[in-house]
Amino acid sequence: MSLNQLTISAARDALRKGEVTSVEITESCLSAIDGADALNAYCAKTPEIALAQAKAADARIKAGDAPAMCGIPLGIKDLFCTKGVATQAASKILAGFKPEYESTVTQNLWDAGAVMLGKVSMDEFAMGSSTETACYGPAVNPWKIDDRQLTPGGSSGGSAAAVAADLCLAATGTDTGGSIRQPAAFTGIVGIKPTYGRVSRWGVVAFASSLDQAGPMTKTVRDAAIMLGAMASVDPKDSTSVEIPVPDFEAALTGDIRGKKIGIPREYRIEGMPEEIGKLWDEGTAMLRDAGAEIVEISLPHTKYALPAYYVIAPAEASSNLARYDGVRYGYRAKLGAGDGIVEMYEKTRAEGFGPEVQRRIMIGTYVLSAGFYDAYYNRARRVRALIKRDFDQVFAAGVDAILTPATPSSAFGLGEMADASPVEMYLNDVFTVTVNLAGLPGISVPVGLDAKGLPMGLQLIGRPWGEGDLLNHALVLERAAGFTHKPSKWW
Amino acid sequence: MSIDIDTARKVAHLARIAVAEENLPKLAQDLSGILTFMEQLNEVDVEGVEPMTSVTPMRLKRREDVVTDGGYAEKILKNAPDAREGFFAVPKVVE
Repeated sequence: MSLNQLTISAARDALRKGEVTSVEITESCLSAIDGADALNAYCAKTPEIALAQAKAADARIKAGDAPAMCGIPLGIKDLFCTKGVATQAASKILAGFKPEYESTVTQNLWDAGAVMLGKVSMDEFAMGSSTETACYGPAVNPWKIDDRQLTPGGSSGGSAAAVAADLCLAATGTDTGGSIRQPAAFTGIVGIKPTYGRVSRWGVVAFASSLDQAGPMTKTVRDAAIMLGAMASVDPKDSTSVEIPVPDFEAALTGDIRGKKIGIPREYRIEGMPEEIGKLWDEGTAMLRDAGAEIVEISLPHTKYALPAYYVIAPAEASSNLARYDGVRYGYRAKLGAGDGIVEMYEKTRAEGFGPEVQRRIMIGTYVLSAGFYDAYYNRARRVRALIKRDFDQVFAAGVDAILTPATPSSAFGLGEMADASPVEMYLNDVFTVTVNLAGLPGISVPVGLDAKGLPMGLQLIGRPWGEGDLLNHALVLERAAGFTHKPSKWW
Repeated sequence: MSIDIDTARKVAHLARIAVAEENLPKLAQDLSGILTFMEQLNEVDVEGVEPMTSVTPMRLKRREDVVTDGGYAEKILKNAPDAREGFFAVPKVVE
């Protein structure tokens, strides 16, 4: 096994025992990255920063008392502002943008001694489920079953491809409607979206502020617990960061879920769901039952309306958030013709700078917020959102500890295969994950099996608000029972 | 609800995104498709339900209204496509 294949927990233990140095692990990752250009996972490589941080981490470890993430090399989603390092959110409109500040999440990671290998690819402004909306071309799934190239999912597809192909020990992701959990499922890794307000959004390029949360994408559940602990903080710079102390998530991993109540929501058995996904869900249910949990059927009656509510609320917030890209303060400005005024500057800059999906969402958002439609669409969607949250509140009040669902309606699809699909067909990828964002809950995707084609499939566990520790413990039990140890064979 | 070409033109302008006249029919069709999908929300009985403002039951934090940051105009201007003499430069706005 080469060092880039290590998990965070194994690397941490080896680093502390002095069996390996961060510089050695970092160099191993850097060479793996250089040999994996075919995956297009990294959009910016930062080897100088990585080696400098690794050296500093080694010194800190030698001095004793280094935090768990000290010396661990990571990929950072291109949505996080990183000081002096290109931060483009996969959009032409942020071409050349180098932030003068560091996001709270990445600062927390650097303070803990983590190492930045580079920025990883994503869908433009995190709007997409395949990384095909990225201005620098799609990332490629390291899983391959025929001559087609498959998507690693999206929007955190570069993160997922990088983790699955061992181009880092772990990566940061962000999740607005499923953007951590769907790519994790498509690539056979673990991804957790924490409770809304657990992780600071400060310095993360905004998509839909009431839904966005950052989280870790890792090789194991234990790694997710370790890394989430380092990413999370109470942050005065984010007014929606909730003042609840960050617990030791790893300490919650007891592997014991006897007597816990697991809800199986009947509304998630959707029409047209592949038989394999249903079978996987049943197997996962049996695994938790065998571990001593009590299985109960539950109802989340407004599930069906989550997707349309999401596709009103998220674009509405996006249209406001993305109004800042006007060609004045940062990024791209269109070349203007003689006589062009400021309105032409805005309109040309935004037409040339934003890709088609981002433009579509901005315009949908503009429409649902416009006079005469605000009540009919936006306010109605926010009412439905309140009902979706109430569904979950009632289930948790009835004593359910965690909810088990499929993570995605299919395994990874081929790049380009959805090119002729309507925008709405692409949105269906989020069907099992958006409810969690709308209700502000923590959700985790765990790899559980391979489908008949040989591609990874994941299951999602949904937890109580602020119950990430307990949720991760359930995920650990599922991970152990599933024993998913498959890795993509190297073709790149 | 279907969106006609005039509405598509208006929305594009409100969003400050230039859309060529020949691309408006496709845009109108895409937007109509998405809005039709959203029509499902009309089936839900939302009588007496307050629109959600915050997913976590919390009051937004407040801080003292004091200056805690600033004084670095050059950093603010550093990423500007056109900055001159300490200002953002834009095409002429007032005749």
